[in-house]
Amino acid sequence: MGLTNEIIKQRLTEKFGEQLSGFEEPYGMLTFEAPKELNLKVLNFLYDDEELKFRFMTDLAGVHYPGNSGRELAVVYHLHNMVDNVRIRFKVFTDINTPDIYTATGLFSAANWMERETYDFFGVNFVGHPNLKRILNVDEMDYFPMRKEFPLEDQTRIDKDDEMFGRG
Amino acid sequence: MSEQHIKLPEGSIEKTTTTLNLGPTHPATHGVMQNILELDGERIVSTEQTIGYIHRAFEKLAERRPLAQITTLTDRLNYCSSPINNMGWHLTCEKLLGVKTPKRVDYLRVIIMELARISDHLICNSIVGVDAGAYTGFLYVMQYRELIYEIYEEVCGARLTTNMGRIGGFERNFNNIAFEKIEKFLKEYPRVLKEFENLFQRNRIFMERTMGTGAISAERALNYGFTGPNLRAAGVDYDVRVHTPYSSYEDFQFNIPVGTTGDNYDRWLVREKEMWESLSIIEQAYQKVQEFKGADADVYHADVPEYYLPAKADVYTKMEALIYHFKIIMGETDIPAGEVYQAVEGGNGELGFYFISDGGRTPYRLHFRRPCFIYYQAYEELTKGSMLSDAIMTMSSLNLIAGELDA
Repeated sequence: MGLTNEIIKQRLTEKFGEQLSGFEEPYGMLTFEAPKELNLKVLNFLYDDEELKFRFMTDLAGVHYPGNSGRELAVVYHLHNMVDNVRIRFKVFTDINTPDIYTATGLFSAANWMERETYDFFGVNFVGHPNLKRILNVDEMDYFPMRKEFPLEDQTRIDKDDEMFGRG
Repeated sequence: MSEQHIKLPEGSIEKTTTTLNLGPTHPATHGVMQNILELDGERIVSTEQTIGYIHRAFEKLAERRPLAQITTLTDRLNYCSSPINNMGWHLTCEKLLGVKTPKRVDYLRVIIMELARISDHLICNSIVGVDAGAYTGFLYVMQYRELIYEIYEEVCGARLTTNMGRIGGFERNFNNIAFEKIEKFLKEYPRVLKEFENLFQRNRIFMERTMGTGAISAERALNYGFTGPNLRAAGVDYDVRVHTPYSSYEDFQFNIPVGTTGDNYDRWLVREKEMWESLSIIEQAYQKVQEFKGADADVYHADVPEYYLPAKADVYTKMEALIYHFKIIMGETDIPAGEVYQAVEGGNGELGFYFISDGGRTPYRLHFRRPCFIYYQAYEELTKGSMLSDAIMTMSSLNLIAGELDA
């Protein structure tokens, strides 16, 4: 025991210096941000470092921030060190026109489908992914439905009449 | 070639392997998922899984719903243990809102969650039996799943998609019938479970069908993101209830059964042992609940007026209650901004909720970490080179629930 958020932060800053930013601890979980070119280096470092040992990928999720010009899409990794039982979260931002991020499948087999899901819903292009195609949606779909430009239907719309439901 | 001939795809005659579609509607998949198997005789050369047949866009839907309405979405993830999903969601909201629940609520939740775990494991283990040709065990234990469902019914009115509880606790106190049924369950179930065990555990046919098939090493299992019984069967003693206790799990004494080989038999055994542990947890929790006396014995929710629906009598007579009632029903409560990850030990692994709130009335982003979505990708590695009949067993012993797979 004894791996604290401070130690992790210190180890990361020693290694990557100023390149990592946005260190926070919302609800106790260390959260930080890395430039997108560095995502694999950070993952590798967290995996290989004898002290950190973040060798379990808990989760990978995409987020879309349409107002964040130049860094609209985020990919959020949740990693877990099972030996010391510490979780961290780290984020990578990319712009929406060139959403290329290196794949983590080489390090974690678990990332395969999670990245496919993120591609499917947000259009993040995971460079080097062995099989990057849609997973939950149909292959013919030509948009990325979880992006914010596709709002859910306005529940107050009034142009729907019985005819639309075959009851006309 | 005349018009009447069936047009086969190019190269399919020269091909030496057979392509077999297992699913999406096949009795052995127990849910809608497809495996495209490439077979050499009866040996599996390669597998490709196609999922998404019941994708319902829960994450998208959640972005337009107030917190209370998202509970119904979580029901439909792993529908064999909906209460765990419900509680997991409430715990996530409570973590974000900083709500502290009373001990009695925690214990009641533990009872319900462990009942749900038993019903989940019961289904999985008996289905493994069915796929091995033993239907009797499955039919026999269904009675006790029925009893568990009756307990749910007493607590919340629903059976399968329970929508149980509220942020802060339960919608009403457990009634006496619920407690009687829990007592009945505690009294009768051990005998049934023992009998179920006797049917399978040392059954020669069952052992030979399951031992050594669908095995995975601890290292590969971790790399594949396995959690829950499937990871523990490979020998890693990771359990969210112990590692990051929620809902006062730290107050209970229980063991984490682990396997060694990670094969179908070990997965079955781990689930079986976990049911015994769950029984013991329910017993302890039941004792603890009985110890509350006087006013404490009527506590069934925390005091969170902004999120907990007030009693109907108050709505008609008190101004605040009326306002909160309106705001909750119309979803007009602003959620504090923040981001939170909360995990619970679901029936088949670590069920995580990653919740980002930007201060609006609905989540900005909600991501479900669905355990079986993550470990199903290992299916190819688990079945490569094995017989088709073993692949069927592997599929059922992984406890794949289509609703959770597709969200």
